[in-house]
Amino acid sequence: MREFIDGAEAIARGAFAAGCNFFAGYPITPATPILLRMLRELPKTSGVGIQGEDEIASIGMCLGAAMTGAKAMTATSGPGLSLYSENIGLAITGEVPLVIVDVMRLGPATGGATTVSQGDVQFLRWVTSGGFPIIALCPSSIAECYSLTQHAFNLAERFRAPVFIATDKEMMSAQQSVNTDAFEKIEIINRVAAPAGGEFVPYQTKKLADIPAFAPIGGEQLTRLTGSMHDERGMLTKKTSAVNKTSRHLWQKIQAHRDELEFTKLDAQEGAATLVVSYGITARSATEAVRHTRAAGKLASSLIIQSLWPLPKRALRESMRGISRVIVPELNFGQYRQEVERIALSLDPRPEVIGVDRVDGELITPQEIEELFGRG
Amino acid sequence: MQIAPLEITTYRNLERAKYPFCPGCGHTFVLDHLNAALVKLQLDPQKTVIVTDIGCVGMSDQYFDVNAFHGLHGRAITYATGIKLARPELNVVVLMGDGGLGIGGAHLLSAARRNIGITVLVFNNLNFGMTGGEHSVTTPHGGVTASTRGGNLERPLDVCATVSVNGASFVYRGTAFDKELPDRIAEAITTPGFALLDIWELCTAYYVPNNKFSKNELLQTMQTLGLPSGVLQRMDNPELSRAYREQNVGALGRTPLPPEPIEKKYDSALAATTRIVLAGAAGGKVKSTASALALGAMYSGLWATQRDDYPTTVMSGYSVSEVILSRDEILYMGIAKPDILVIITPEGLTQVPRQLRAMDETQTVYVVPELADQIETRARKIIFNFERAAAGKKSLAVMTTAAIVRHADLYPLAAFREAISAGQRADIAVENLKAVDASERIL
Repeated sequence: MREFIDGAEAIARGAFAAGCNFFAGYPITPATPILLRMLRELPKTSGVGIQGEDEIASIGMCLGAAMTGAKAMTATSGPGLSLYSENIGLAITGEVPLVIVDVMRLGPATGGATTVSQGDVQFLRWVTSGGFPIIALCPSSIAECYSLTQHAFNLAERFRAPVFIATDKEMMSAQQSVNTDAFEKIEIINRVAAPAGGEFVPYQTKKLADIPAFAPIGGEQLTRLTGSMHDERGMLTKKTSAVNKTSRHLWQKIQAHRDELEFTKLDAQEGAATLVVSYGITARSATEAVRHTRAAGKLASSLIIQSLWPLPKRALRESMRGISRVIVPELNFGQYRQEVERIALSLDPRPEVIGVDRVDGELITPQEIEELFGRG
Repeated sequence: MQIAPLEITTYRNLERAKYPFCPGCGHTFVLDHLNAALVKLQLDPQKTVIVTDIGCVGMSDQYFDVNAFHGLHGRAITYATGIKLARPELNVVVLMGDGGLGIGGAHLLSAARRNIGITVLVFNNLNFGMTGGEHSVTTPHGGVTASTRGGNLERPLDVCATVSVNGASFVYRGTAFDKELPDRIAEAITTPGFALLDIWELCTAYYVPNNKFSKNELLQTMQTLGLPSGVLQRMDNPELSRAYREQNVGALGRTPLPPEPIEKKYDSALAATTRIVLAGAAGGKVKSTASALALGAMYSGLWATQRDDYPTTVMSGYSVSEVILSRDEILYMGIAKPDILVIITPEGLTQVPRQLRAMDETQTVYVVPELADQIETRARKIIFNFERAAAGKKSLAVMTTAAIVRHADLYPLAAFREAISAGQRADIAVENLKAVDASERIL
């Protein structure tokens, strides 16, 4: 079945497929189409959708709802993400499942409201104080908007953590024909429920990398959430051993599972010396560039990153082995390229890493990438 | 024989019998009054949640055996709102200080306006107790604090008047010494809508020593400021979480975002991917015409993309739409070098100088006669002739696009007509179909 839809529609459909039943957001170009769809559609499934008085309230409402057991999502753009920052820290430390869509537009500040960008890539990585890991997925097609949104909900549930969908103005607002029969329905994962009976200890885990079981506010067992440094009972503490344990748990719960969090698409060509590493809207130009290059009888490989964070080190390292040149096209000043360079440093022979950076509001053309293949 | 449920005699966490507050601190009294209110109401602890803000009062939830949510400074009301919206049957009590009141003022206003069914207890000790006695939004004029050494120059916020005028269901002002406080807290919690209690109290660590303050001065200050006390408002407006569900009852059970399949009904002879730019003015149907162009292509078995660009004001200035038609799925959606560029207004012309420069002899610019002289390009230039159009220049975007569908043999015109009928409001579609008829001889 062919349809003519945009990424916002696919993200909203993915959210419903994943069981989303709460959405709060504040209007901001170019994320508003998601807000409008969720507010219009959630009542059909007994869900709740509300426009907050600002971004801080919107994410706050999501956190409150999520702690009652709701599957919550919000969507914003760079300026709104700035306002989400402190509450994202609360979601990390309080271990609240939440999906946050960042529809990137040109920044800083108000920047270009209707201008495409990929400028939030490192902002997402270090989005709040304290320096803890986050998970961020990045679709480059309408079908991936649908499937990765479901994965985002599953990961948020599994890891009891905020999970980001990093996308952009063009992915959200350009209408595209798409074969929706090929949309992938992902099996739903729900947060692990606390066992019935006995005293519930809200943040208790056997191992540092384990995820604590969840008891909803309003359920059979009393529960607590806190944004303060806490012990396993969710009580404020300055005790060194408890602080150390909580901090290391918040680090380990993501880092120890990073291999399972790698979502990439490798299209390697035997003998190719050049690899293009791309993500999001730019991956579409990269794919075209690879096709043209191959059609011209030259060799070319491609790695598309679908999980920006944690950095998919394994896939990057493996795809770069034996490669002499890596091209990283981005709608920023090389935010992901610096990560690729770091991986390149550990390889022998060490590939050269070159970027194609655009920050003028236009998309990178396949030709701009192709020219770099040609030079190889 | 029915066994009566066990009466709950306290909601305090007995492992933490002693509060952490300074001697004489008003928080102690207010929390005891809250406990008394909960005992009076015999609320189910599992259906009750205390949401605390930051500051000394932020520690309070740990001293109760109910659910707890201790979040960020000033944001307690937002979490409480989310909890109540998701689970309207829960009892949601927010404990915040005058500090949280200031930083979270926007949330307070909205909670009152929305009449969300939460109860807010403001532990109002007229300054920031935890960070060292700085002034807050409720510090009286002239009040000496760590941040107003020469006396506060700002006027204090009348929180009760503020939430009252914005629609709160229950509003009360009093002090931590009020005997009726347990009853008033109980009344607030049982109020379906938004309830707030502004409870004045002594900060014995800072405000009391800095201002030679006592219970008498507390009451005196309230009088001097002309702030009334007692129950100040009782209103019976619809509560938000329930009103939301009542409003949406009709939507229940319908499928969210059902698919909207587009069937192939026609055949297109288009061989190569064709990149088309429509450049016109906002309000000139550029975007809707581009949608019809893309939809018609899909009826004809092609793949399509559509990108729209217009100024943020929407209804004035330029409007440019880019449509790509192809036999295969389209990846790169930009158009640096159009195969077809249609310029129908001066506003549109201002937006396409780069494309005009990039185009070559294999590509075509279609332009209205009055702009034809202004166009410099290597591309083939074709000028519309509206003198031959029966309907004049109405629905310019539709008329010119219809002419190009035919002229460039993109796909059958019937598919374009069907796209207009399917995608547009009936009266507008009728007008646009007339423009399609009129397009026949303009090229």
